[in-house]
Amino acid sequence: MSVRRLAENQPASFEFTAQNKAWLEKQIAKYPDGRQASAVIPALWQAQKQNDYWLPKAAIEKVAAMLDMPVIRVMEVATFYTMFNLEPVGKYFIQMCGTTPCMLRGSDEIKAVLERRVGEQRHVTADGLFSWLEVECLGACCNAPMVQINDDYYEDLTPQNFERLLDDLAAGRPVKKGSQAGRVTSEPGPRSLTSLQSFYGADGISGPLSDPARK
Amino acid sequence: MLADKDRIFQNLYGYGDAGLKGARARGAWDNTKGLIDKGKDWIINEMKASGLRGRGGAGFPTGLKWSFMPKPDPARPSYLVVNADESEPGTCKDREIMRNDPHLLIEGCLIASFAMGAHAAYIYVRGEYIAEREALQRAVDEAYAANLIGKNNIHGWPFDLYVHHGAGAYICGEETALLESLEGKKGQPRLKPPFPANMGLYGCPTTVNNVESIAVAPTILRRGADWFSSFGAKNNAGTKLFCISGHVNRPCNVEEAMSIPFRELIDTHCGGVRGGWDNLLAVIPGGSSVRCVPADQIIDCPMDFDSLSKLRSGLGTAAVIVMDKSTDIIRAIARLSHFYKHESCGQCTPCREGTGWMWRVMERMVEGRAHKREIDMLLDVSKQIEGHTICALGDAAAWPIQGLITHFRPEIEKRIDAYTARAAHEPEIKRTAAE
Repeated sequence: MSVRRLAENQPASFEFTAQNKAWLEKQIAKYPDGRQASAVIPALWQAQKQNDYWLPKAAIEKVAAMLDMPVIRVMEVATFYTMFNLEPVGKYFIQMCGTTPCMLRGSDEIKAVLERRVGEQRHVTADGLFSWLEVECLGACCNAPMVQINDDYYEDLTPQNFERLLDDLAAGRPVKKGSQAGRVTSEPGPRSLTSLQSFYGADGISGPLSDPARK
Repeated sequence: MLADKDRIFQNLYGYGDAGLKGARARGAWDNTKGLIDKGKDWIINEMKASGLRGRGGAGFPTGLKWSFMPKPDPARPSYLVVNADESEPGTCKDREIMRNDPHLLIEGCLIASFAMGAHAAYIYVRGEYIAEREALQRAVDEAYAANLIGKNNIHGWPFDLYVHHGAGAYICGEETALLESLEGKKGQPRLKPPFPANMGLYGCPTTVNNVESIAVAPTILRRGADWFSSFGAKNNAGTKLFCISGHVNRPCNVEEAMSIPFRELIDTHCGGVRGGWDNLLAVIPGGSSVRCVPADQIIDCPMDFDSLSKLRSGLGTAAVIVMDKSTDIIRAIARLSHFYKHESCGQCTPCREGTGWMWRVMERMVEGRAHKREIDMLLDVSKQIEGHTICALGDAAAWPIQGLITHFRPEIEKRIDAYTARAAHEPEIKRTAAE
């Protein structure tokens, strides 16, 4: 378990945008009548996204009112699930996986880069751009080590390509999501398939299904 | 090696089109109506005959699970819930299914729901998988647009499929915690009985299945139970996605026949162990929750449920974590102890307190700042936690430590000796009392 508390400095109020309200109505419709509480995680998540990736108390109260739930039940959910940031985070919030499969592939080095460039965990840099947190397994173990920055995964990291990635983000340059080592997903290596070759060809690309005529 | 024609996930790596057109070209949604017209008894019997065991870790026969669902009752609708809360360290297979072959999963949901009399299904995707959730939602929208699923779909079985998501809690991979979370509560596991088949989502009959178990179903039914059961050893049938991570030359996901020997799996698909086979130290063969196995025992072991449980380990989710001799095995297991401490839901005292206690002792073991008698105490405490909690997280936290002590006790002792020797010569190292 991890102890999680609300931030000390809280905004006075929170209101969903009209667009997000309409979105939430659609989410509630997924569940049977009277079971609108099922939408609490998606609702809190949307609130967090709207509020620069952190969840203020006012948003928790708002969601409780909208879903007709006691505030304490929503508070429980917000403090139980670790993806809800209860305090402000950087514009680029870096979640670094440090669990054993990533550790074996060198997440310590990635951590060292973060400690040097960003500082302590949860600390937001002076320019407001970065903050980071070591998290538990993010489920991309074949592409270890990896980090999640806001919504996206960045995989197959080395200290060098990770530094470059941070430089690019800081400078506002476009970055490539997913593998930073040229893999498409979690195949054995760029252009070195050991299976599915009869579909995609031994080079991994020019198989029958990659034929433009069939697409 | 498994031939490409026998692979179920033909777009595992996302080289092809994940959309409906590409999925159809690979055989998805082919004659689904014909399968449904054969009736639910045929489907369940075929699934039983295929020998498919659940792919989420426990290995419970899928066909049997489906047959537990009670007769449909209008007052209590049945539900299928798909567990896509893939969080077991080492496991990253469902992710590839959701983003690269989502239509197999959607078709499987329709067929499984029909077989168990459910008109609605929820897929619970872990919160961090945002791109995967969006990819899956795109495929669901496509299936609705093509009228493959929905109230009046072309298959004649009214069926709605919803994508739901969590927000970062490993425990929600436990089926009853998942149901609690889906109902909008903290993900704390429920006492069983009642089992979900009687009292599941919203108190209604529910079956919870892993993504892979559901996604392989349509292909099994199309190609026949005999085809599927022709792979693997007896009682361990089929093909399986293996997620190989750690110290191999090319970590990857790959679909292989069950019971493939460990050495063949690694040599064929991963380019061997880093530094050669002599450099292999140990393997965690089924995700972090199973006991590690030292090199000499695993090298020629068939990768299946029964062979690995004979080694007092398990196939789990087939997340193979390979460790070479450069690994600090004590630290590797201590990191897992931190994982379980972090992910305990806090409901049962042995787990809430015990995972933290074990982690703190493990951290001292990493340094060697411990007494040798504490090794047995740690083992003893792990056995006090195992089996004394509502769900299996307590067991899962205990097993890696038990595996470490069983196989690597000399390593721990060596480190304690080294620390003690240093402490005698370096006065700045203080000996502190055990916690």
